[in-house]
Amino acid sequence: MALDSKVPKGPIKDKWTDYKNHIDLVNPANKRHIDIIVVGTGLAGGSAAATLAELGYNVKAFAYQDSPRRAHSIAAQGGINAAKNYQGDGDSTYRLFYDTVKGGDYRSREANVHRLAEVSGNIIDQCVAQGVPFARDYGGLLDNRSFGGVLVSRTFYAKGQTGQQLLLGAYSAMNRQIARGKIEMFNRHEMLDVVKVDGKARGIIARNLITGEIERHSAHAVVIATGGYGNVYFLSTNAMGSNATAAWKIHKKGAYFANPCYTQIHPTCIPRSGDYQSKLTLMSESLRNDGRIWVPAKIEDAQAIQQGKLKPTDLAEEDRDYYLERRYPAFGNLVPRDVASRAAKERCDAGYGVNATGEAVYLDFAAAIQRYGKEQAKIQNIDNPSEGKIYELGQAIVEAKYGNLFQMYEKIVDENPYKTPMMIYPATHYTMGGVWVDYNLMTTVEGLYCIGEANFSDHGANRLGASALMQGLADGYFVLPYTIGDYLSDDIRTGKIPTDTKEFDEAEKEVKGRIDFFINNNGTKSVDHFHKRLGKVMWDKVGMARNEKGLKEAMAEIKAIREEFWKEVKVPGSADEMNTELEKAGRVADFLELGELFAKDALVREESCGGHFREESVELDGPQKGEAKRNDKDFAFVSAWEYKGEPADAVLHKEELEFNDIELKQRSYK
Amino acid sequence: MGGFFKSSIGRKVAMALSAFFLMFFLIIHLAVNITSLFSEGVFNELSHFMGTNPLVQFALQPVLIFGVVFHFVMGFVLELKNKKANGVKYAKNNGAANSTWMSRNMIYSGLAILAFIVLHFIDFWFPEINTKYIQGDMSGMHDGSFRYFHELQHKFLSPARVGAYVVAFILLALHLLHGFTSAFQSMGVTAGRKKALQTFGKIYSIVIPLGFIIIALYHHLNH
Amino acid sequence: MNLTLKIWRQKDSNAKGQMVDYKVTDISEHMSFLEMMDVLNEQLVNAGEEPVAFDHDCREGICGMCSMYINGEAHGPDRGITTCQLHMRMFNDGDTITIEPFRAAAFPVIKDLVVDRMAFERIQQAGGYISVNTSGNTQDANSLPISKHAADEAMDAATCIGCGACVATCKNSSAMLFVGAKVSQYALLPQGQVEAADRVKNMVAQMDLEGFGNCTNTGACEVECPKGISLENIARMNRELMKANIS
Repeated sequence: MALDSKVPKGPIKDKWTDYKNHIDLVNPANKRHIDIIVVGTGLAGGSAAATLAELGYNVKAFAYQDSPRRAHSIAAQGGINAAKNYQGDGDSTYRLFYDTVKGGDYRSREANVHRLAEVSGNIIDQCVAQGVPFARDYGGLLDNRSFGGVLVSRTFYAKGQTGQQLLLGAYSAMNRQIARGKIEMFNRHEMLDVVKVDGKARGIIARNLITGEIERHSAHAVVIATGGYGNVYFLSTNAMGSNATAAWKIHKKGAYFANPCYTQIHPTCIPRSGDYQSKLTLMSESLRNDGRIWVPAKIEDAQAIQQGKLKPTDLAEEDRDYYLERRYPAFGNLVPRDVASRAAKERCDAGYGVNATGEAVYLDFAAAIQRYGKEQAKIQNIDNPSEGKIYELGQAIVEAKYGNLFQMYEKIVDENPYKTPMMIYPATHYTMGGVWVDYNLMTTVEGLYCIGEANFSDHGANRLGASALMQGLADGYFVLPYTIGDYLSDDIRTGKIPTDTKEFDEAEKEVKGRIDFFINNNGTKSVDHFHKRLGKVMWDKVGMARNEKGLKEAMAEIKAIREEFWKEVKVPGSADEMNTELEKAGRVADFLELGELFAKDALVREESCGGHFREESVELDGPQKGEAKRNDKDFAFVSAWEYKGEPADAVLHKEELEFNDIELKQRSYK
Repeated sequence: MGGFFKSSIGRKVAMALSAFFLMFFLIIHLAVNITSLFSEGVFNELSHFMGTNPLVQFALQPVLIFGVVFHFVMGFVLELKNKKANGVKYAKNNGAANSTWMSRNMIYSGLAILAFIVLHFIDFWFPEINTKYIQGDMSGMHDGSFRYFHELQHKFLSPARVGAYVVAFILLALHLLHGFTSAFQSMGVTAGRKKALQTFGKIYSIVIPLGFIIIALYHHLNH
Repeated sequence: MNLTLKIWRQKDSNAKGQMVDYKVTDISEHMSFLEMMDVLNEQLVNAGEEPVAFDHDCREGICGMCSMYINGEAHGPDRGITTCQLHMRMFNDGDTITIEPFRAAAFPVIKDLVVDRMAFERIQQAGGYISVNTSGNTQDANSLPISKHAADEAMDAATCIGCGACVATCKNSSAMLFVGAKVSQYALLPQGQVEAADRVKNMVAQMDLEGFGNCTNTGACEVECPKGISLENIARMNRELMKANIS
């Protein structure tokens, strides 16, 4: 099947408006006879479910947690971008569009990104109307902060809990519709397959996670909004339950999977402390505004620190290697996420890591405390302040800016980051890749939509900070409600979709067969055992830096783990009860396939772009020597994979990317 | 408004309103009694006024009794409802980690105060009603002078009774230490004044019961 | 460190549960409490037993999924945290730790340490929203200035994660801190004024219907709340309800 992105004709700034003016609409009376299933209730799914219900459709929403409010969108800290230009600093729709395409290393679809920038302002209006308590200045107007990779202040925020507040806004909109009976909410339900009738998505099979019952649900269209697949690494900043099952199941039923290798590794996370570690905790990127990143300059000092014989504060200034400032004098500690992450890995791989695992670098606030202290002493007219006084004044400023993060760090690591440098290390955070969708957000299966982080959409090969929330809400509030209406206008005479058909029978049989297999398998190893092994292969060979040899090995190793998994996995308990091991088994089985496709995609993409770094594709000389080298001539396309059984057999379809409104340039941070 | 007092918060407000009334009554009661430490005459005059004034006797007294009964009955009703809301009991519950003993045991301090009121009625109120309304002696006189002060002294001869009164007043103090600020919180008026209210509440909760204790002990020791 | 765990096990909502003793060894003080539970569960799975079911998800203190009543306190002995942020360094070698589900008649146990908090959902559905359509045709976000003080206070109330620790802690199983926080968030913002009276009436009525107890102002909820939601929110809800009934 040839890929058709269905991008409307015309100048980029008019595409979305023209599109909206010419689509078919469904009249209100007919909407009452149309059902839509929304799987996942984070920012994208929650906002979509609420809006579709407001429009009059009957929505069935599914969440694996006990409430939509618990979706992992809630953990987003920093903020949400919008081209409001409230600060009058030259922001505009075009600039947000440009920054997003450039930040994504020119691997996203121009028309989608422009639409995202166009609706961004509306998101803020909408959220304020819903009662989202964004930060304000003393004049009562909305406050903005700036974020990495851009030159304007366009990020709206609610303390360090922006994701939480936006999700609670969408959740409240959902609650209003649940109360009206327009949304039927299925909490503690997991989608285990999609059902196609005559080539169209017409329903899902879901498991009630409390009773274990397998349920059939039908609808005229199905929307997948189940987030990213970062947990393929086992350790990530994702929630424990975040999984790729819904996305993977629709992939197996015909939805192409795009750019799986585009994964964002966030540089400022709290390092792993041991093998028991279950997840990683992100610390806001804002810390890099004041923290200086370093490792010991001498290998013997690094080893002494790893063995606990030396303290970081014992090291003299000249014995420290501020490697980001050394390598990237222009941007220093504020280089983009992918660059900062790779640089940390490079130092740690060379043996300079600073904790027992050797996988940590320092983020030091001593210089910032000194700087702020002296500044405050001047402001407060203190002549010849003592060292102690300067420290005290400086610490107060740092505490005001980052107090909650420092406190969180201290709770987890049990070290006082005001006194000794923090330790950080990169961790998997967000997946730009995902289910391929066209301009309408429809997958390659008719009537099957994919929104939010789950689709491959708007971020190209790298996502800018504070853009994930923007995309999730844009898709759910303002894009999907239009595009899905255009599709459903053909369904007004279809009537209720029956669930007692052979298509549902078959899908249910398949789901039940797999559950029975897990329950009855006489294995010896836990699900987590396999998940951890998969994660290690992914991290070591398909992590921050990738090469041909490693990727080939990874594909073979993942296949071997998968085969062993199906022989040796052990799931206690039964199918007809709450069974958390059974839930995990199904998810890990899918990760074991997705991981291999991920490696294959990385292998095919013989260039470095955004979050994808191929060691073979670096600048060989000139001022950029050693930096990532993009190859626009051969790789300016989206890789969309078609399922053909084994992940290794997946077939590549290319969507060529055209850039008519933006000139392609190399990113430079030197 | 009827619906309001059926709601959980409405009942809280009702509890608080009756509490305010009772706390105000305690001030009046103490103000009258405290005069017995300084002047037999003033105490007798005030007692006679309170005991014979029709407004006090037939308007304020019934309201007071209603207030007391209402506060107790509502307290029990809410306690039972709250117990029902608990479900299975915890095997281990560390209430001391997050709340004061007083706040967790209002029902017990309340029950002790109820027992005290019964005793107090037997001691003073029933004999008073008997003298005034059954025997019809509204004079307040005994052997040619006011009887109130002597009756007071007489009651506090017994160390057991004085002991019981002191214990009851200590429990009243504990009840008030939580109840005072709690009543304001229930009325929704803690905004911005919490610290001052708490301080005032503490003073009130200690001074009022202490006053009664001093009166009881004084008359026990100086008769 | 080595620990003895006393854990509530209950097969399903209809079964009778009981406390069961387990031993775990070689627990690192750097582990989070839930990672210690992972170790126990791995041990149980390997022994062919059913692992202990417990709710958890984000493991960074924001989703509100994790619960557990640990040694007599909601989210355990530390302050300002959820169970997933509790670390084993709060305990000593040889300790016995009692782990129970959040208890309240309105929070029935589903399995082991997993409880049903749907009552919270229904309270939110009764009025925890502003009735504005997500049409994109709302007025400009800056057309209505809101004082920074009010916005900040609304934000403080809005940080509630809906975990239910307030109910679990309350000797009366009262949900007033949870409801008060939501009522307050909207009461403090001009957008919330239009429906303020109906909102507080409906939410309180639903709260009562769910069988939560009545607040006696012990303040335990505020102490145990992982997000430090203030009792002030309950006072504000009381005011709002009185106001709604008087006007």
